[in-house]
Amino acid sequence: MKNIIPKLLSPLVLVALMSHAAVAAEVNILNASYDVSREFYKNYNPLFVKYWKQKTGDDLTINQSHGGSSKQARAVVDGLEADVVTMNQSIDVDILAEKQLIPTEWARRLPNGSAPFSSTSVLLVRKGNPKNIKNWNDLAKSGVAVIIANPKTSGNGRYAYLAAWGSVIKQGGTPEQARKLVTSIFANVPVLETGGRGATTTFVQREIGDVLVTFENEVGLIKQEYGADTFDLVYPPISIVADLPVSVVDKVVDKRGTRRVAEAYLQYLYSPQAQEIAAQHELRPRDAKIARKYATTLPPLKLFTVDEVFGSLKQAQAEHFKDGGVFDQFYIRK
Amino acid sequence: MSHFKAHSVLPGFNLALGFTLLYLSLIVLIPLSALFFKTATLGWGGFWTVVMGERVLASLRVTFFTSFVAAIINAFFGLIVAWVLVRYRFPGKRIVDALVDLPFALPTAVAGITLAMLYAPNGWVGQYFAAHDIKVAYTPLGIVVALTFIGLPFVVRTVQPVLADVESEVEEAAASLGAGRWDVFRRVIFPAIYPALLTGFALAFARAIGEYGSVIFIAGNMPYISEIAPLLIVAKLEQYDYAGATAIAVAMLLISFALLLFINALQWWSSRRGTR
Repeated sequence: MKNIIPKLLSPLVLVALMSHAAVAAEVNILNASYDVSREFYKNYNPLFVKYWKQKTGDDLTINQSHGGSSKQARAVVDGLEADVVTMNQSIDVDILAEKQLIPTEWARRLPNGSAPFSSTSVLLVRKGNPKNIKNWNDLAKSGVAVIIANPKTSGNGRYAYLAAWGSVIKQGGTPEQARKLVTSIFANVPVLETGGRGATTTFVQREIGDVLVTFENEVGLIKQEYGADTFDLVYPPISIVADLPVSVVDKVVDKRGTRRVAEAYLQYLYSPQAQEIAAQHELRPRDAKIARKYATTLPPLKLFTVDEVFGSLKQAQAEHFKDGGVFDQFYIRK
Repeated sequence: MSHFKAHSVLPGFNLALGFTLLYLSLIVLIPLSALFFKTATLGWGGFWTVVMGERVLASLRVTFFTSFVAAIINAFFGLIVAWVLVRYRFPGKRIVDALVDLPFALPTAVAGITLAMLYAPNGWVGQYFAAHDIKVAYTPLGIVVALTFIGLPFVVRTVQPVLADVESEVEEAAASLGAGRWDVFRRVIFPAIYPALLTGFALAFARAIGEYGSVIFIAGNMPYISEIAPLLIVAKLEQYDYAGATAIAVAMLLISFALLLFINALQWWSSRRGTR
C-alpha cells in the first residue's frame, strides 16, 4: 500500500504542476518596511505589479508590513519571512548580514549603496520664523526650544544629531566644536519623543518648541495634514544624506523561490517611473532628470553623507548612540 | 507537606493540579525562563553593570515611584468609586459601571496620546495648571496621571464584590449599638474589604510598572527625570542589545516579585488577624 500511493499520485502532481506552468503563476512577496513608507509603496506596488505582469505574465501580490525600522529588522531576524526589506537606515539592514540572512556586501548589489532614494534633515519653524532660525548653530542659542526625537530610539533623531555634528566638521570645525554645538542643542530639547512622528505631534499639536528637526519627507506629510501656512520650512546651508536602503533577504527568497521577482522589485525602484513617485512623496530621487523636474519641492542642497564624516552609520552608532556613548554623556546626572 | 498526603473530599485533585502546573508552565514559566536564559548570557558581572548603571537605576526609581503613587491614588479613589457603585442607586449607574472598564479596553498608546493632549500646557486641562506654573505633561506628574488612568479598574473591580458582600444589616447593627459613622467604616467595613483593597492596589501597581505605551507619550522621556525603565529596554533593543534589555526586565521582575510577595504576606497576615 505504502508504495502504491505515491505512484498513483505522482502523475497527478505532474499534471497539476504542468497546468500551473501553462497558465500564469501566482506569486506573492512580502516587503517589510518602516512606518512612513506606507504611502509610497501604496503607489509603487501597483506600478510594479503591472510591469511584472507584462514582463512575465505572472500575477504578483505584494504584501506590506510596516513598523519601526529596527523593529521590522528584528522581526525578520526572528523569522518573519520577508522577501525584501526596505528600511530607513543601513544599520537595520546590517543586522540581517550579521545574522547571516544576507551577504555582508549587500550595499554593493544595487546602485547608490542600495539606496534608491534618500531624505535629509531639515528645520521646521513657526510661521514667520519669529526666532530667526537659519542654521544649525541657531538651535544652540539660549531661549530656543528644539524638538528632536530621541536619537537612541529613532532614526529621525539620529540623523538630526549627525546632521548638526557633521555641519561643524564639514565647515572645518573640530570634533570638540561639534560636540559643543550638539551638546547645547540637546540642552534646548525639552521633550525627548521616542519616534519622529511623536516629535511632530509635540511640535505641531502641543505647540511645544520653536523648531522641529525632522526628515524632509515628514515635512511634506505635515503640510498635507495641517496646512502649509502655519509653518515655515527652513533649509540649513548644509545637511546630511539620509539613505533609505533596500535589500533582498537571501535566506527567504532562496527558500521560497522568489529571488527573481524580489530582485526585480528592488531594481525597478530605480526606474524613472518609480523615481518620480518617490519625488512626489518628497523623497530625493537618484535619477538626475527627475531630480531636476522636482527641483522646486526638493531644492538642490549642499549635502554630506554619513560615511564622509563618520565612516559609516554603524561606526556613528557605536561612537555616539550606544549606551555610555557621546549622546549619553550629554545627560550627566545633575 | 501534610496537605499533599491528606485526601481531599473533592475528587480530581491530581488532574486539576497537573493541569494547573502545565498551564502555568506554558503561559508563564517558559517565557520567563527564556528571559532569564537570555540574561544569563551576560554573566553576573555583565548583569550587574547593566542594572547598576546610573541611568538604569534612575529609571527604575522613576518607574517604581510613579507606579506606587498612582496605585495609592487608585486605592483611595477606586474605593470611593466602588463604594458609590455598590451602595447607591442613581440613574445611569450601569453606564458609570461600564465606564470603569474602559481603561482596560482602550489601546494604551491612544490613552497616552489623549492624556498628553489634555494635559499639555496648551491642552484643555493643562492650560489651567500652566496658569499656576504647574507642568503636568512631560514631567513625572504626567506619568502618574497616565498610570492612574490605566490602573483604575483594578481597585474598583476587586473591592466592588467584597463590598457588596458586607451586608448593610451589619452596619445597621453596629449603628444601633452606638457606633458612629466613622467607627462603622473603620471597624466594620474596612477590615472586611482591606484584603481586597490590598489586592487591587497590588494589581494596579504591578500593571503600572510594566506600562509603556501610554507613558512614553506623556512622559517627555528626559533622562534621569522622566525616563521610565521600559523605555530603556526599548532603547537597548534598538541597539540590538537583547541581553541588556532582558537584564533590565529581569531586574524589574525581581523587584516586582519581591514587592508582590510582600503585599501578599501583608494580606495573609491581616486576614489571619481578622479571623482571630
